[in-house]
Amino acid sequence: MSNEQRDRLPISFTLNDQPMRVEIDPAERLLDVLRYRLGLTGTKEGCAEGECGACTVLLDGLPVDSCLVPAYQVRGRRVETVESLDAESLATYHASGATQCGACTPGVVMTASWIVRHPEVLGRGSVRELMAGNLCRCTGYDGIIEGIEDAIPDRGGA
Amino acid sequence: MTVLLPGSLDEALQAMASHPTALPVAGGTDLLVHWPQRPELHRQTFVDLSAVQELRPLRWTTDELVLGGLTTYWDVIEDGRVREEFPLLVEAARQIGSIQIQARGTWAGNIINGSPAADGVAALMAYDGVVVLDSTRGRSEIPLAEFYSGYKQMRRAPDELVTQIRLPRREYSVQIFEKVGSRRAQAIAKVGVTVTRSASGWRVVAHSVAPFVCRCTALERCLESEASVGSPDDLLPAIREDVSPIDDLRSSAAYRERVMARVLYYGLLEVCPSFH
Repeated sequence: MSNEQRDRLPISFTLNDQPMRVEIDPAERLLDVLRYRLGLTGTKEGCAEGECGACTVLLDGLPVDSCLVPAYQVRGRRVETVESLDAESLATYHASGATQCGACTPGVVMTASWIVRHPEVLGRGSVRELMAGNLCRCTGYDGIIEGIEDAIPDRGGA
Repeated sequence: MTVLLPGSLDEALQAMASHPTALPVAGGTDLLVHWPQRPELHRQTFVDLSAVQELRPLRWTTDELVLGGLTTYWDVIEDGRVREEFPLLVEAARQIGSIQIQARGTWAGNIINGSPAADGVAALMAYDGVVVLDSTRGRSEIPLAEFYSGYKQMRRAPDELVTQIRLPRREYSVQIFEKVGSRRAQAIAKVGVTVTRSASGWRVVAHSVAPFVCRCTALERCLESEASVGSPDDLLPAIREDVSPIDDLRSSAAYRERVMARVLYYGLLEVCPSFH
């Protein structure tokens, strides 16, 4: 029968390839659990309404805004945060000057890592279109797009 | 805050039956907007549908495409057959928001959220989508075009869940989805027009120009009758019969009416011999 939970809810999921068990308040968003219960502050809060993409993480391999994901919904699922990326995978963004103030960068590189790992998604839209959910208010989009294109193996990149 | 976590459709329907004020949660993309600033919602009871596997798949039968209660926009974008047979679903899904929203937002959630500006609902309605609602009391099937009765008013009982959205497979000779917003990407529509034509006739659906997404039967009759249309203004009488645009923060009624006429006129000019 349905499992009713008030105030305290233990959940298990896979976080950056490691099994994770944590007690949450059912009112917490995935973003809150990552930052304040697990100390993974790489994921940023920007707009809190799913516009800016600063809080982007991968959920079962797809980019999502962690500010719009109820934490109880990641039970049994796979979450990847910016902390899972190695410095090497970010080299092309350094080279293209994809970071200015840096506020959007953790979210940008998560969506970018999804595109780079799954270049077949470019059949569903251009890099620019697929990156439309990550706002950079320094408007450094050209550097970001260039960094992604250089990271995609078939595009003359690394 | 209380959240119920059913693991099957039966458990979900039981949970809805025993908690009449509970809100079902699918992708959460509407519910969680500005969540920390909405404490009144934190006192609600929710039924989380995310673990109900039966609601997930998108399936094809001989004569229907059946979306599940949890089918997302991305599920539809990813399906090559949808792109071939129901291209407007893919177009609407791609314009509804970023990949982050497409990956989470569901078609059923778009219907139940009841926004007059719902892109997904417009596309489903233009394909004669039927909403399948289940509860412990049984099943009801309601054509989407008859589902809404007012702003956020719909024919769903508090214990019912959308378990399927069924779309008949037909040959279409005209398929148009036009959305006018403040900009191309990720903007809520000021005016939306969706048109299809099949052996079952014309369908014209408007969104963001009435209290709910609606069929435009006067415009459909005008197309069916092949009445001569020589300018956008010729469409205004039918538009005024079908919709009642409002002034709101996104646009004005006068703008909406004129833009709707122009979008329809220029969209249909190439496909309708009666338009010149």
